[in-house]
This record gives sequence, structure tokens and C-alpha cells, in this order.
Amino acid sequence: MDARLAALADRLRGLLGAEQVITDPVRLRTYECDGLTSHRSTPAIVVLPDTAEQVAAIVRECAAAGVPYVARGSGTGLSGGALPHADGVLVVTSRMRRILEIDIPGQRAVVEPGVINLDVTRAVRPYGYYFAPDPSSQQICSVGGNVAENSGGAHCLKYGFTAHHVLACEIVTPDGELVELTADGPGYDLLGVFVGAEGTLGITTKITVRLTRVPETVQTLLAAFDSIEAGGGAVSAIIAAGVVPAAIEMMDALSIEAAEAAVRCEYPPGAGAVLIVELDGPEPEVAAQFAEVERLCRDAGAFEIRVAADDAERALIWKGRKSAFAAVGRISPAYIVQDGVIPRTALPRVLARIDALSAESGVRVANVFHAGDGNLHPLVLFDDAVPGAEQRAEEVSGAILDLCIEHGGSITGEHGVGVDKSRYMPRMFTDADLDTMQMVRCGFDPAGLCNPGKVFPTPRLCGEVPGVRRGAHPFEGKADLF
Amino acid sequence: MSDQDDLPKLLGDCVHCGFCLPTCPTYVLWGEEMDSPRGRIHLMQQHADGTSLSGPMVEHFDRCLGCMACVTSCPSGVQYDRLIEMTRAEVEREHPRSMKERAIRGLVFQLFPYRRRLRALRGPLRAYQKSGLDKLIRRSGVLERVSPSIAAMERLAPPLGKAPRLPERVAARGERRATVGMLTGCVQAEFFPGVNAATARVLAMEGCDVVIPPDQGCCGALSLHSGREDEARAFARRTVETFECVDVIVVNSAGCGSAMKEYRALLADDPAWSGRADALSAKTRDLAEFLVELGPRAERRPVPVTVAYHDACHLAHAQGVRTQPRTLLAGIPELTVREIAEPDVCCGSAGTYNLFQPEAAAELGDRKALNVAATEAELLVAANPGCSMQIATALRHHGAAIAVAHTAQVLDASLRGLGRDTLIPHTPRATT
Repeated sequence: MDARLAALADRLRGLLGAEQVITDPVRLRTYECDGLTSHRSTPAIVVLPDTAEQVAAIVRECAAAGVPYVARGSGTGLSGGALPHADGVLVVTSRMRRILEIDIPGQRAVVEPGVINLDVTRAVRPYGYYFAPDPSSQQICSVGGNVAENSGGAHCLKYGFTAHHVLACEIVTPDGELVELTADGPGYDLLGVFVGAEGTLGITTKITVRLTRVPETVQTLLAAFDSIEAGGGAVSAIIAAGVVPAAIEMMDALSIEAAEAAVRCEYPPGAGAVLIVELDGPEPEVAAQFAEVERLCRDAGAFEIRVAADDAERALIWKGRKSAFAAVGRISPAYIVQDGVIPRTALPRVLARIDALSAESGVRVANVFHAGDGNLHPLVLFDDAVPGAEQRAEEVSGAILDLCIEHGGSITGEHGVGVDKSRYMPRMFTDADLDTMQMVRCGFDPAGLCNPGKVFPTPRLCGEVPGVRRGAHPFEGKADLF
Repeated sequence: MSDQDDLPKLLGDCVHCGFCLPTCPTYVLWGEEMDSPRGRIHLMQQHADGTSLSGPMVEHFDRCLGCMACVTSCPSGVQYDRLIEMTRAEVEREHPRSMKERAIRGLVFQLFPYRRRLRALRGPLRAYQKSGLDKLIRRSGVLERVSPSIAAMERLAPPLGKAPRLPERVAARGERRATVGMLTGCVQAEFFPGVNAATARVLAMEGCDVVIPPDQGCCGALSLHSGREDEARAFARRTVETFECVDVIVVNSAGCGSAMKEYRALLADDPAWSGRADALSAKTRDLAEFLVELGPRAERRPVPVTVAYHDACHLAHAQGVRTQPRTLLAGIPELTVREIAEPDVCCGSAGTYNLFQPEAAAELGDRKALNVAATEAELLVAANPGCSMQIATALRHHGAAIAVAHTAQVLDASLRGLGRDTLIPHTPRATT
């Protein structure tokens, strides 16, 4: 470690105590990646603050020393958004996990960023409420991470993303100031800018989340089809009928095989695709629509339909789906989780093209997706022990994103751009688009120290180079961009 | 296949998803990656890639309770149980321990697996408890200064009563339905003799001839779960030999049962013993598991008491036995079972953990005690002697003393029509 970082580490120890500043190389390396292991970078220093004031002090120290920093929650992100900077500080919020306030009449709760998503629901469930965003990793992902990535989940079709459930955030700006951003009130919606900025505009230290009333009734069914096309037909028919399911999820044969191996979810044998449809709301409405969904599934060729009789059966149906990513580890030594979006109507065409890509390249692709909003999660399988296999898988994975763009979709639905997809940004956006985004970023972080190297493909404007900026302000001479 | 060949594959199973983190007791306590299963696997990988075992690395392995909650929560099927056992054996082989650590470990492993030595300790310990010296010593904090581990041992020792010897054979009541061998255990036998007596009675009342080999030794659980493989294998061979005379072995201590089910893997590389070990593992049953398989026959009489059932990690996570004890308890008229919050999080006992890592164990014990107290149950039921000692001590520390019993003792009270009196002491709670 160079002298500048060593001196910074000493000052951080003074702020937090020696126990909460990690510089031992063996320990540091355990933080080298988040949920995406294909990108690794060992940070110079890891800090484990307990309070917002400590986070602010850490950021001030980093800013003074010109050292970049990255915030990390539970480390479950799938785009490398929390990939550490090799010469920087990793600010881990996993000890900031207090639920500070539960306001049931106001339908809100105030939590620290390290609080686990599902723990919010556990805390308010006795009052008949829950926290709606439900990424598959909800048992471990942190609310702070959800805010950074604007995480979705199976139920965002009806209930929206994290952005729709955050009412306010206290953040530490790259200047080291504690600032409150709120959704209501006049002026620019800076909260809207902040949520989903992937940790490039500051570090969240406190989040006011909206609590949603537990629906009066929930009905879940699992429908098995011979093929993905038949399942896709059912999805289109359900949406066309004006039903807005709480969730509508599809898995193909390969992902079913993986889930079966992992959690014995006992989906119907021989299914080429399964569809999970969940309806919630007032009892009479759900009952009527549920009957219609069943009929539409049958008309589309479902050969078996299972209706969850109780919460335990519902949990079992969901268990297969929610474990699917990690479960693929059972059928393949390594894999890439892709995240792309297409218009729902393009589903059959895109899936056929993915099939063809897979056949041409000999790379297996398992498909899991939020069918209702066209959010695909192709899992590209490979054996990392075979030379060149990873590269072939990367190529297929990239080609799938091209397919998404070609069909009018997006390179990410909910996992974020992070470090993994920054290179695809120019395929979706023009230079002017990217410059405009950069200028927003520079407004918050002119020195480019806050989670540098993420989202944007190449250092531009205010720059991604760590170090105290000298010379012209990045906005200078860029007026023509506005 | 030997362990070393297996290691890269076992490590490669982890996809770094983090689903294990919230179930790991040390991650729950400290929120640090290195003290989570995912982080420890990363450390193991570093070592496999050539980084030598360093002090910090070993510290994080030592802090793992071996509770196996992560095995339950892992969607990728990572065999963390095997990974940590292999790693601990490697630590034992490669990593020099300090003199103090060696002394404490020597004391524990020369004492607990040996019933005769434990028995020899009973007399002095009873006298010590009766004299009231224990309270004085605790107040003085002298043991804490000498060694926190010894202080933990002193604190955890349950109040000792008489220890009746069990006969070699207990005959079935009524028509015989099965003949079973019974493992009496080391700590269970000497510190909780009432549990073994109740187990034998319940089995007999349910129509089993119970064979209790008097020359049985330690099953090797403590050694196995601490990486002392050779010692564990020696204990395992002896236990295999002792119980070859029966078709089923009933075990009432979760840690022991789980170790015996692991003999299969432990002795897999030993051609002379692998088949015999495999047979033993296949016929080992936890008491609750066995009784549910057998089905109830004896009449259940009311035991009007509210109990909190505690899942021992080596029962729930290691053996997958969760519903059976609850089924048995629910079958007792007038008995109410309450669930304890955070059932998957270890109480901190974890075999020798509360002796070697007393601070972390005490934090976990406190957490569990608060959750148990919140149930407002009158009786805590657990199926592992280590858990019983740990949670009872933590509850006492919080001034919320609670009666503790093994599932066998509750069933025994029901089958014999003793009601609640044998389970809940009449003495009023100590006032502070």
C-alpha cells in the first residue's frame, strides 16, 4: 500500500476504531467481488461504518485524499456495481442494519441501508403490511443496494420498482455532506435521479420506504406447457384480457431441471416451460380473474395446472423460481446471468433467436424471465475449466443483448449496468446521450471519486481518474450540449 | 476419492450468491464478509490457490460454529459441512497454535470424550456447587482472568444430581415392536443422566427392547467437528464395533447423531472399515426421528405446559429433523408448543465453540435467550445437551431462568402420567 493510502487508513482507524478498518490482504480479498464473480478487484481498504456520520466522515477523508470509494451492501449485485476500486476504499454498509422507525398509520418505515430487504417485510408483516420490491435475492440483498440499483423483482409488473417505494433518502454527497432527498415538494426530483444511479452520485445512509398493505387475498398457479412458445402465448393472452397479475414468471426446461436439482420444487415432469401466475387483491376480483387465467392457460395448451392451496404450497412454487439463478450451479460449473428487456410481444421471436444462437455456438442457455414485462434472464452456461469456453459464453451473452436492442428493448431490466455492461451503453445511446448523463453525474461528483468506472464506457468529461481535479471545470465549454 | 481431490470441486460449487449470509450466526453478529460462509469459502479458495494459512485466516475458520445453517440455505448445494471439516483438519495439521490455545484444547479433548474422566469430575463439581463456592468464584471473576474458556466451562456446568446407572438391557412393555441400541453419550450420560433414563423408558413403553452396551465410548463428534480426524476415526471405529449387534441405533444427542451419520464419509477411504461405517450411518436415528417412524402406541396423558421448542443445529441443519420433535410434542394433550424467533440461528453452543470462542458464544446465547424469553414459555425443550446448557446459562444471566428439558423427558412425563411437576420445579423463581 502506498504512503497516501496508509495515511488514509490511519485516519479512518481514528474515526472508526481499528476493528472496523480492514487492511490485511487476506481479509481484503474476500471483498474482491460482489454477486458477479467474473469481475474482481481487491480494494486497498475496507471500512465497516455503524452510522451515517461515520460514512460522511469517511467520504470527507477520501475526498481530501483524492481516493476513490465504492459503497457495498450485502454484495449480491449481478452487474459488478459494487466492484471495489483497487486503489480505493470500499464502504460496506452491512453493519448499518437498524430499522429506525415503523410508522404504520403513515405507511412508511425508516431503515438504514444495510437492512436486508426481507427484514423490512418481516418487521411490518404483523401489522398487515410489506415492502413490495422483491428481488430473488430478497433474503439477503440490502435496501441500500436496492436503492442504488433500483431493483425490481417478480412482483414489479404490478407494484413497480424500488423507485416507486422510496419516499426519501438521506445521502452522503461526494462532498461529504449529509443531505435529505425527498419525493414530495416542488423543484427537481433529485430522489428520482438518485435512485438507480448505481452508487455513482453518493452513498445512501437512511431510507424512508413505502409500506404496502398485504392484499386481501393471493392466488398462485403453476401451469406447465410443452414449449416456451405455448407459455408465451398464454402470457400474451392474459395481458390482452386486461388482467394485471401481481407476477407472471416463466422458466424453461433447463432452468426447471436446475431448480429441481436444487430445491426439489417438484414441477410437472416433462414440461418444456412453466408459467407462474400470481394474482392478488380483493377477493371477488381475484376469484373472477383467476378463473379466467386458468382458462387462458388451458386454451394456450397447458397440460397441467396446479393451484397453491395455501401459503406453504405457494412458497414451494416460488422456491423453484427464486432459487433458479443459484440453482444453475447444480447443472453447470459456471454461468453468466444475463438481464435484458424486450417488448413483451417480441418474446416468441427473441426466444427463437436465442435458441438458434445456442444451437449455432453449442453454448447452453437456460431461460428464466419476468414474462409480464419482457424482462429476460438468460443464463449462459459454460465450463470454466475448458479453455475458451468463458469467452464463447460471453459472446453469446453479448449477442443476446444485441437481440434485445434490435427488438427495441434494453440492456438491463433490473440488475443495472455496473462495470459489466458499461461497454454496451454505446449500443443503446449516442455520445450526446452519454455526455448528458455524465453531466448529471458531474453535478454531484465533479472529482469522479464516487464509484468510478461504473455505468459509463469510457472516462469522459469530469473523468474517472482518481485524484483531485485541477484545471477547467468539466462543464466549461460544454454549453452546446444543453 | 480422497479429500484433496474433492476440494477444488467442492469449492467451485459456490457461486457467490450470498444466500447463506443471513443464516450465518457470525455474519448476523458482525456483518463481515470474512465471518460468513461465502467469505470463509473464499478464504479456503485463497489457501487452495497457494496462500499459506495465516493467523487471520485461521481466526475466521475458528469462529465458524459449524452449525450448518448455510448448508440448509444454499441453493447451489455447496457442501460446506465437508469443506469446514477438511479445512479444520488442515488447520490442525499445518497451523501452530499458541501455548495457551494448546493447553485449553488439550484439556477439552482429554476430558469431554471420556466418560470416566467426566464421572471423576462429578463428585468435586457437585461438592463445589453445593458449597456455594461457585457463586463466590463467579462474582470474583478470577476464572475469567485465568482463562475465559475455563470460566465458560464453569458457568455452563448444569446443577448436578444423582446419576443412576442404566442397565444393559431394558425390556419392552407389552408386545415388542423393535430392538434398538442406545447411545448414551459422554456429556449426556454424566451431566444429564435423567435424559438417558427417560429415553430408555420412553423407548420401552413404546414397545422397544433397548440394548445399552456398557462398554460404549465417545462417538467422536467433538473431535470430528474440530478437525481432529484421526482421533475421530478411532472413536468411530470403536462405536461401529460396539453397535454391530443391533439393527437400529437411537441417539438422543443431536451432535452425536449427526457425527454417526457422517461416519460413512469419515471412514470412506479405509477399505477395512468403509462398509461397516456405511452400515452404521444407515441405521443411526435421532430419537424423535425414530419414534415418528415407529408411530405412537403408548397412551399420551396430559402435560399442561407451554413449551418453546429449540432446533438444535445438528438436528435441524445437519440431520434435517425439524418436524418430528414438533409432531411428538404436539401429540401430548394439553401441551402448547411455541416457536422461537430466528429458529435457524445457532445458540452459540456448537460443540466446543462456547469453550473456545466464549465471547461470540455468549453474544449468540444472549440473542437466543431473548428470543426464548419472548415466547413466554414455561419450559424450553431441546434435543442436544450443549444447547440446553448454553441457553439455560444465558437465560439465567438475563434473570429469566427457565426450566429446560429434553424431548424424551417431556414424552416420559406424558407416558407415565406425571403431569408437569417433574418438568417444572416448584421452587419459586429467584428474586433479584
